[in-house]
Amino acid sequence: MLERADKPATLLIAPTGGGKTMAGFLPTLVDLSANAHAGLHTLYISPLKALAADIKRNLRTPVDEMGLSIRIEDRTGDTPASRKKRQRADPPHILLTTPESLALLISYEDAPRMFAGLKRVVVDEIHALAESKRGDQLMLALARLQTLCPDLRRVGLSATVEDPAAIAGLLARHPDMCEILQADPGPDPDISMLQTTELPPWSGGGAAYAIPAVLEQIRQHRTTLIFHNTRAQAEIFFRNLWLANEDGLPIGIHHGSLDRQQRERVEAAMVRGDLRAIVCTGSLDLGIDWGDVDLVVQIGAPKNVKRLVQRIGRANHRYNTPSKALLVPANRFEVVECVAALEAVRAHDLDGEPRGPGPRDVLCQHILVTACAGPFAADTLYDEVVSVGAYADLSRAEFDDCLDFCATGGYALRAYDRWQRLLRNPEGHWQLRDPRAAQRIRMNIGTIQDTDTLKVRLRHSRGGKPLGEVEESFAATLSPGDTFLIAGQVVRFENLRDLVVEVTRRSGRKPKIATFTGSKFATSTQLSARILDLFDQKDWPQLPGHIAQWLALQRRVSRLPQRGRLLIECFSHDGREHTCVYGFAGRNAQQTLGLLLTKRMEEMGLDPLGFVATDYATLIWGLETPTDPDPLFDIKALRAGLETWLAGNAVMKRTFRASATIAGLIERNLPSNRKTGRQATFSSDILYDTLMKYDPEHLLLEITRTEAMRGLVDFRRIEEMIERVRGRVDLVRLSQVTPLAAPLFLEVGKVPVYGAGEERLLAEAAERLMQTTGLGKGKPAGRA
Amino acid sequence: MNGYKFSLAGASLCALASGALWWPDKQLLCVSDLHLGKSERIARNGGAALPPYDTRDTLNRLAADLSLTNASVVVCLGDSFDDLGAARALPEAERLWIARLQAGRRWVWIEGNHDPGPADINSTHLAELPLAPLSFRHIAREGASGEVSGHYHPKATIRTPARAISRPAFLADSNRVILPSFGTYTGGLRSHENVLARLMRPEAIAILTGRKPHAVPMPR
Repeated sequence: MLERADKPATLLIAPTGGGKTMAGFLPTLVDLSANAHAGLHTLYISPLKALAADIKRNLRTPVDEMGLSIRIEDRTGDTPASRKKRQRADPPHILLTTPESLALLISYEDAPRMFAGLKRVVVDEIHALAESKRGDQLMLALARLQTLCPDLRRVGLSATVEDPAAIAGLLARHPDMCEILQADPGPDPDISMLQTTELPPWSGGGAAYAIPAVLEQIRQHRTTLIFHNTRAQAEIFFRNLWLANEDGLPIGIHHGSLDRQQRERVEAAMVRGDLRAIVCTGSLDLGIDWGDVDLVVQIGAPKNVKRLVQRIGRANHRYNTPSKALLVPANRFEVVECVAALEAVRAHDLDGEPRGPGPRDVLCQHILVTACAGPFAADTLYDEVVSVGAYADLSRAEFDDCLDFCATGGYALRAYDRWQRLLRNPEGHWQLRDPRAAQRIRMNIGTIQDTDTLKVRLRHSRGGKPLGEVEESFAATLSPGDTFLIAGQVVRFENLRDLVVEVTRRSGRKPKIATFTGSKFATSTQLSARILDLFDQKDWPQLPGHIAQWLALQRRVSRLPQRGRLLIECFSHDGREHTCVYGFAGRNAQQTLGLLLTKRMEEMGLDPLGFVATDYATLIWGLETPTDPDPLFDIKALRAGLETWLAGNAVMKRTFRASATIAGLIERNLPSNRKTGRQATFSSDILYDTLMKYDPEHLLLEITRTEAMRGLVDFRRIEEMIERVRGRVDLVRLSQVTPLAAPLFLEVGKVPVYGAGEERLLAEAAERLMQTTGLGKGKPAGRA
Repeated sequence: MNGYKFSLAGASLCALASGALWWPDKQLLCVSDLHLGKSERIARNGGAALPPYDTRDTLNRLAADLSLTNASVVVCLGDSFDDLGAARALPEAERLWIARLQAGRRWVWIEGNHDPGPADINSTHLAELPLAPLSFRHIAREGASGEVSGHYHPKATIRTPARAISRPAFLADSNRVILPSFGTYTGGLRSHENVLARLMRPEAIAILTGRKPHAVPMPR
């Protein structure tokens, strides 16, 4: 690192435990020990606040031991306002912060003064940032800093990734060179499937069968982390673990929906080494020092090989011993997925896809942030923006559209000339029309999308104990008396008061399960292909016996999907008709297929209600199923009216909401401006529909289409797939859910279809309600 | 007519799926909370520059109901403009459009809490309109009967086997009907909220608007 101290950008790739964070700071410490420096010298940015605090502790010790008088401070959303103010007036030598806090810092008028003399920036966990809009926001902010401090050197720290050059391209100022340092990746992880005497169930995500075996592993290890793919699964598993925990081993739970205090308590207990195990979700992926963890257990199939490897890599900080991990498939299909994942890990086959050009909603936010700091010249800002790798190909016209959107709203109807957000001053520079708007813009900085959540509290005379949060949409489905799991306990819903879900404790009852959307795992087409190859075998010696039997059962009651053919299963379940299409095309393609097929089914009067897509299949539910695959895949009919159908879909509306919030059209739903009952606010869907109707070429709709396509695939590729399997579609009608389809019912990320089916259901539900209550004096008037 | 028929104080009424109330005997169309000019007011107050098409869209839908019913009386139940400034800033084209809709009809603007004084637009301005056996006012008054009001932007949720569906809704019982808001950029207040649950009798119904009207016992 020291040899490269003067290079403009360096990317250091090393597994966790390799001391790469210290390496990143080494040139800073050497420089500060040799030369006196006034003000900020090095900026450290990490994706999580907790990590910034952690690094501060870890850095303090060597600095003190070297007898250096270096000021190290962190700055995050949790830092007290008084200290934040002092940091701006009198910055420390080393400041540890997050992308959002940095964006806020560059929005202040005194940013040039605060960053004067800044020499180095260290971006930690850059592989994680590179996958999200937070990384794009950070790199735009760094471009700003580079203008303020032309000699700024950049260092990126990354875990093992499949394409280091891509990360390097993001880190360096375009078109600067970025040197890549690859540390010894260390020994391969010791990873296997947990052996249990009990067999996994046909379906289900709880992995309750594995509880005794997992408890045994906890006993044999110092500290065990037990990862789950969703928060709901973590809650259920934690509860089952406790019920079986006869030795009273100290076990905690940690996920993003828990109250912050509860999370911090668990983190602190873990740092102290008080816990033998933590049941968690991705919220523990980054952030805290995993020091003593010697076993990582993954419950449910790892949907993404790269994430699995990075997770495992964090266990066991001793560099030369392999990290140890156990996979626990939750059901029989997941056994197949786990076997495929193990093969992929052994083959060092990390999945991942390039992200595409920098998102323009983030650029819009950056333009507004820049305006907060003072007047700017469009030319200068454009030059800065295209120095960011992800935006290198942004045309001037595209940039100008974003600027126009920020200034005027960018509507075809020029309505706000008097109320423009940005105006040009006499020097031709852009500035805020009303400087007070800066406050509003700063409040909305950030690219992380929170769904609207409601706090859950125990009912008490005055303000009971907070337990965590549930999504508003989930809360809306609760009736008094319903029970659900949160923070490892069963609670009973009492009422909703002032946007707080009030609950009481209910031990022992079987809960209705909280459906947090949680994180939907990214696709991995490689894994799908490996699974299809497995299916193609005559028998399965490498699979556990019961799994081989299960696949044989699927082959007997239905069929196994094959390359070059398309299997469609139709069956009734739970009072609704289901159509399951096994495309094995990866989640993005299956998602697009879901959109297309529901369109055709709507036209054919089958009244689809919704669908969910996984890497290997799309499951559609509705009031009826198709009997003949041909009209379903009629390419001409699929094409006709496709635009309109896609435009009206929930995927588009969801994407619009996210992009409109980032770009500054919709304000974040901050707790402070949420009103009880929300009479004053209206849904972003209304804005979307209005724009579609009156201004379909508007920039935000264009951005929405681009962003939605990141999660979908080209219609053309679906067309090719349909052509490939034409005449080789097997549509099977079955009497019940098949072994292969069962796991699909547990998938998160369901997409509703707003069509005639919804209207039919609504009419039936209304009819039933009126009958039961004996109301219904009035009647529909019928069409005139 | 795509609506749901019910009676109030002896008057036969029809809750249209669009959110307007139709009184055939009087050839009267009633709409509430148009909030014309809302996007302009938000931008004027330093808020976001929302798509400036809300007034156009609201008037489009009102015009559709007018041509469907050929109403001779129109009652706008208050909060017709988002504020007085919004009424003043109404673009000339939209001002003319309203004048065209008004031509040949009796048109009554009831005062709301957003637009208390008479706006600078033709026709009658009233605090309330009694028209036996009904009376039209912006905010419901406890103890009133035969009352048609708006203000609360009620919405109601029906749980179906697939999911809960929430839409703007009329609330009606033997004393009153509360209209959903007709304006494009308007949110809603759940029928569960105390203020609505207190106003409405236990046997009240909610009529959800949308493609077709759906009546259910008022969710509370």
